[in-house]
Amino acid sequence: MFASISLALGAIFNLMGSGHYIHWGFVQISVANLLVIVLMVVTFFAAILIPFRHKSGGKS
Amino acid sequence: MTTTHDAPPAYEPLPEDADLWTAKIRRKLVRALPPDRMVPDRQPAYLSSWIYIFGALTMSALAVVIITGTLLALEGPAWWHLSTVGLFVNSLHLWSVELFFFFMVIHLWGKFFMAAWRGNRTLTWMTGVITFMASIGAGLTGYLSQTNFESQWIATQAKDGINAIGAGAFFNVLNFGQMLMWHIMILPLAVVALTVLHILLVRTKGIVPPFEIASPEGGAHADATAETAGVEG
Repeated sequence: MFASISLALGAIFNLMGSGHYIHWGFVQISVANLLVIVLMVVTFFAAILIPFRHKSGGKS
Repeated sequence: MTTTHDAPPAYEPLPEDADLWTAKIRRKLVRALPPDRMVPDRQPAYLSSWIYIFGALTMSALAVVIITGTLLALEGPAWWHLSTVGLFVNSLHLWSVELFFFFMVIHLWGKFFMAAWRGNRTLTWMTGVITFMASIGAGLTGYLSQTNFESQWIATQAKDGINAIGAGAFFNVLNFGQMLMWHIMILPLAVVALTVLHILLVRTKGIVPPFEIASPEGGAHADATAETAGVEG
């Protein structure tokens, strides 16, 4: 079962090729690493901006 | 024996035992780590923000890292390279590490911008910093312990950097046995022990209040710390 799942995912994401990189002056970063950094920044601001709801009955 | 509301707490020794070393250590431990502060039922109201959950998320990811890492250590490289269950557990180990660093970095950003070292919390901050550095070492030695071409490539690339900082003599990334021992023994012990110390410090010192309600000493004003139920620390 795991083999068939990994085969199905492998068909969607081709992980066998060489990685993609972004070059900007002396800065070189893989697209995967840049994506993770962008996701962290988005999650950070979402955690600050999205209201936190707690169960009713608690004083705040 | 009858129990009344005036009875001393169970950890108080009998009067004739008060000078025993066990009683003295117990008294010191209870004074340093008050049970009611270790696992509180309620948290301060200012914790009602998602930014405060990333410490707990980091701990949760660390628990999965330790459990999957233990399974990998028990079964060995042939299992994690060749069997489907082994490949699955190996992937769980990798992705829990990814989440561990993801959550830890957001936790770090949140605590940096709220200057979480305020109010005599320097040791809490520094244990977090050292845990972060030990985790990076655990991550590097983990990549070196994969037993595949990637680990060989990383080892040959990393050796020059390690030699350049003068650590190559006692931290040899080309020595697989040494790297494996660092990864499955020394660094996990360090990360878990530092995490426990970090959490104990958070519990004893309390979670740093926001700037707008902090007193000059770094604590929180009483009117701003009304406690609320159901908020994670």
